[in-house]
Amino acid sequence: MSIPIFSFIFAMWVLIIVGGGLMVVFIGPLSFSGAGDLDPLINSGAKVLIAMILIFIWVIALLKIKNWIFRKITNQ
Amino acid sequence: MEQLIIPAIIAITIAFFSVYGLTPFVIRALEKRNITVVDANKKEKTMVARPGGLSIIVGIESSLIILYVFFPISEILAVILTTFFAFVVGLIDDKKTMGGWFKPLALAFCAAPILLLGAYDSNLAFPLFGTVQIPLLYMALVVFMIPIMGNTINSIDVLNGVASGFITIASFALSICLFILQNYEVGIVSLCLAFSSLAFYKYHKFPSKVFPGDSGAITFGAAYGGIAIIGGVEVIAAIAILPAIINSFLFLSSVKKIVEHREIKNPTSHTDDWKLQTTSENHAPITLVRLLIAKKPLSEKQIGYEIFKLAIFSGILAIITAFMMGVTI
Repeated sequence: MSIPIFSFIFAMWVLIIVGGGLMVVFIGPLSFSGAGDLDPLINSGAKVLIAMILIFIWVIALLKIKNWIFRKITNQ
Repeated sequence: MEQLIIPAIIAITIAFFSVYGLTPFVIRALEKRNITVVDANKKEKTMVARPGGLSIIVGIESSLIILYVFFPISEILAVILTTFFAFVVGLIDDKKTMGGWFKPLALAFCAAPILLLGAYDSNLAFPLFGTVQIPLLYMALVVFMIPIMGNTINSIDVLNGVASGFITIASFALSICLFILQNYEVGIVSLCLAFSSLAFYKYHKFPSKVFPGDSGAITFGAAYGGIAIIGGVEVIAAIAILPAIINSFLFLSSVKKIVEHREIKNPTSHTDDWKLQTTSENHAPITLVRLLIAKKPLSEKQIGYEIFKLAIFSGILAIITAFMMGVTI
């Protein structure tokens, strides 16, 4: 049994649920107004930017977990 | 609900038996024309027919067309077209090895039927927290989903039976999730994929008589991605294939660029008793298989079973997530 890999999958699952929560809580209600016809575009742009930042943080977290798992496997 | 049972039985019977019956003919036809490749992980260097994507596409498409006759909804039509276009892209790649960027770009265009038929809901659903409305971002997600799923399944197609066995487990899990969410029509579409891949696994399992090739693996991935979109279960679908996503993630984080998988150094080598062990080559990419054999060498069959255990674990997490969709905190 590859316990570290099961742990990695479980960590990814938790990160997906937490990341989803952040998306719903922070990105969902986000709304800008005052730019007329450009409002939907600005709203989407802002949401894309925040989503990209979240994905970046998610990938960094995964890289850290991956390195930790690799160290654990090689030390076994 | 009752009116779905007969069409479901007809569709999954066609999905299973068309692949089960057609694959031996495809194998014979490929062998007759010498369209075979060396099975690199066999000591005897066996020649194996490749690609077997034709029987896979026939199984998926024929069952979905029958299902479309019973339920003429744009969602099913979108999956039929997207999967077929993805198969064509895979077939081109089987015939002529294209550059690393060819597949992602060509597969992005395969998502066109989903967008043009409006077979998607731009609300992205997450467990516990509800949905988020991201219309423009979601359209980009649809375009990215098909290449990502296609290449993810293609990248795990490295050992006998792994791609077909893995997609069988994932699509059965996805079907259960869709039934839990009471999305019955799309659940049946997912069952068609599950039974097609199960029938193909019979010939693809260790020792393989046929390899799916890019046309087969990409067809599996694109169909799976299409089902995820039309069913509004993108997050659940991603969870069900987490081992394959980890494989792509490990590969990309070590190679740091998109390349054709045939261009890269093999991350494994063989022991004297022909088990797989990690290579000492520094520049070889890190993959899921390399992680599995990091501790000790394993046989091809053992690695396949280890990957299936990971797939079952991810499938269980996906089913838990489906139950969590009904709960809001």
